Amino acid sequence: MTDNPTPSRDELPEPVVQRRRFNASLIWLVPALAALVGLSLVVHGWMQAGPNITITFQTAEGLEAGKTPVKYKNVVIGKVNRIDLTRDRSKVRVRVALEKSAESFATAGTRYWVVRPRIGLGGVSGVDTLLSGAFIGADTGDSQEYRNEFTGLEIPPAVPHGAPGKSFSLHSDDLGSLDIGSPVYFRRIQVGRVVSYQLDKDGKGVSLQIFVDGPNDRFVTTSTRFWNASGVDVSLGANGLKLNTQSLATVLAGGVAFQDPRGPHDSTPAAEGASYKLFGDQVTAMAPPDGEPHYIRMRFEQSLRGLVVDAPVEFLGINIGRVVSINLDYDDKKQRFPVTVGAVVYPQRLGRAYDKLSELAKARGEPDLSIMLGRLIEHGLRAQARTGNLLTGQLYIAMDFIPNAPKADFDPAGKPLEIPTAPGSFDKLQEQMAEIVDKLQKIPFDSIGRNLDQTLGELNRTLKQVNGEVLPEFRNTLKGAQQTLGTADQALSNDSPLQQNLGDTLKQLQRMARSLRVLTDYLGVHPEALIRGRPADPPQARPAPAQAPKQGSKP
Amino acid sequence: MSALPRARDLGLIGCHVCGLVCRDVGRHDAACPRCGSALHRRKTASLARTWALLIAAFILYLPANLLPIMRTVSLGDVDDNTILSGVIELWVKGSPDLAVIVFTASIVVPMLKFLVLATLLLSARSGTDWAQRQRARLYRLVEFIGYWSMLDVFVVALLTALVRFNFLSRVEPLPGVVFFGLTVVLTMLASMSFDPRLIWDGRTNDD
Repeated sequence: MTDNPTPSRDELPEPVVQRRRFNASLIWLVPALAALVGLSLVVHGWMQAGPNITITFQTAEGLEAGKTPVKYKNVVIGKVNRIDLTRDRSKVRVRVALEKSAESFATAGTRYWVVRPRIGLGGVSGVDTLLSGAFIGADTGDSQEYRNEFTGLEIPPAVPHGAPGKSFSLHSDDLGSLDIGSPVYFRRIQVGRVVSYQLDKDGKGVSLQIFVDGPNDRFVTTSTRFWNASGVDVSLGANGLKLNTQSLATVLAGGVAFQDPRGPHDSTPAAEGASYKLFGDQVTAMAPPDGEPHYIRMRFEQSLRGLVVDAPVEFLGINIGRVVSINLDYDDKKQRFPVTVGAVVYPQRLGRAYDKLSELAKARGEPDLSIMLGRLIEHGLRAQARTGNLLTGQLYIAMDFIPNAPKADFDPAGKPLEIPTAPGSFDKLQEQMAEIVDKLQKIPFDSIGRNLDQTLGELNRTLKQVNGEVLPEFRNTLKGAQQTLGTADQALSNDSPLQQNLGDTLKQLQRMARSLRVLTDYLGVHPEALIRGRPADPPQARPAPAQAPKQGSKP
Repeated sequence: MSALPRARDLGLIGCHVCGLVCRDVGRHDAACPRCGSALHRRKTASLARTWALLIAAFILYLPANLLPIMRTVSLGDVDDNTILSGVIELWVKGSPDLAVIVFTASIVVPMLKFLVLATLLLSARSGTDWAQRQRARLYRLVEFIGYWSMLDVFVVALLTALVRFNFLSRVEPLPGVVFFGLTVVLTMLASMSFDPRLIWDGRTNDD
């Protein structure tokens, strides 16, 4: 490889000259381009990056940093960046990087919640998340105010923001089996749902917010009645057993139904947020309004076993209220324990009678009906605890006119009004029964028993004596009697001499009677014969008496 | 430095492509009379090109690692993975062997290339005669492992094509893999544009 074998320079081929194709410095375009791409990525990422927000949840169940998306209407608007605990470890802070386009979600009114699969009585939701994992749902609000700290909802909001429809508020004594998401029915079609509920501030009731979807919200009018459609209404009437429910789902999960009352009513659609009372069932809901409740009190001097709170108060058979309290009291003077029963009555349930009474009261210039009530009490209006059901012994309060009721005091100004009471019919019966039992108990059953026992012993002895001594003799006597009877029978038989003798005797007696008659006839014609004796008979007259003995001597 | 004369000393020049030895006329625009390719004593602007390509590759290597390369959708469960998170996931889920392979192919090999090429470039620039044989060996190593560094791209391409069970399972490529592929191509170009003879030159000769 040295100089030796090398051909001389001139023999070697001459290189051809070519135009230089490409400038070496152009190669730097490659890293420049790469840098440009990288820079563009950075810029893009920076441009895309939206606000970072922090949402606080009770638990991070199902959430995964770097993976869990935030969705609005199923469009991804962000992603969970980091999950950590709050300082007091009671909650979970979820950092979410929103996209640039989702800047409007970092505003005060936005709500966030975790969508997880939920299986409830009312149905199944979020099934897709079973496979894909949970995600954070978002819902916009009205506010434009920037905010980056949010408290996540534990339960998805029932109504998305801006959904057509109206929300109303219902008031009830208790929640029943209702829950968030419970359906709201109108003519058995679901038109809305329960959005939220909370206790009233005084704790004496529950307020529910419901949302009725458009366009069905126009069916909620100012006079609409709402009732709790949970469960099954079983009624036993003259037509037989009747079972009534909104739908099978409401039996389990509860629901609210509404309808307008029958008859003429105001049918202007209700305003947003209107407030209604939630009735317990359809019947009470559709009943005419009860009007103002009045509290009354009654004192009973007897046991009220079977009277329960919510027992009806009836006036002449019309339900006008219900019992709200039953308390035992002590009367020092009488040394007795009266029972004080408190009840709420709705005088408007009396219907036309109430109207007339109130008109009368107004005409007389009385402020309310209490004076009128006093007048009724004078006429014998009394409250009675009556048995409504003989089997269960349940009592109800009946207000009725008792004839010849003893006079009772009534204070029309009393608060609450105290209605005089009368012992119930059943109680009277019980008292009488008790008296009878008392009297029965006074009978000396013991001595009676002893005497009876003695008497029976003696009777026994007597009977033995009778059996041993009297009966054989009696039998002998009977035998004697039988003999006598046999003899008598013989004596009386057709062919007995006695009979024959008797027949002869009778015949002779007959003959004798005939001669007597002849004699009397003769004496009738010839009375003088008694003295003079019989004159000589004409020959015709003789054969008759002569014939008679002839006949008689024949047997 | 060997005592042997160099082609330059003899006024000769060899064609890079067909190997024909020509006279060195000292022109920049000389071309091989046989195959027509340009004639250089050394690869043209070898150091500059290699540097440029290496820097570009390194710039693109950043998004290749930071951006997710693959999306696995399995029963609705969407999972985006970058190279490193994929390696970690493989390791955690009980396939350390696979994790090591992927880690080697996707992280070790490119990094090795960057380092080796940078070392070669720096040493070639300074013209030192330090560890020339080892440097030559390093260069051959880089050339060799260059074949394997597209492993990740192949994996993604294959999975994307094979795993298409719509709802059950689906694999989608994500932008990261493009950057990774570009990085690999650029490093290969860089190692190609490096002239190993520079190692033996003992001084810069990038003409």
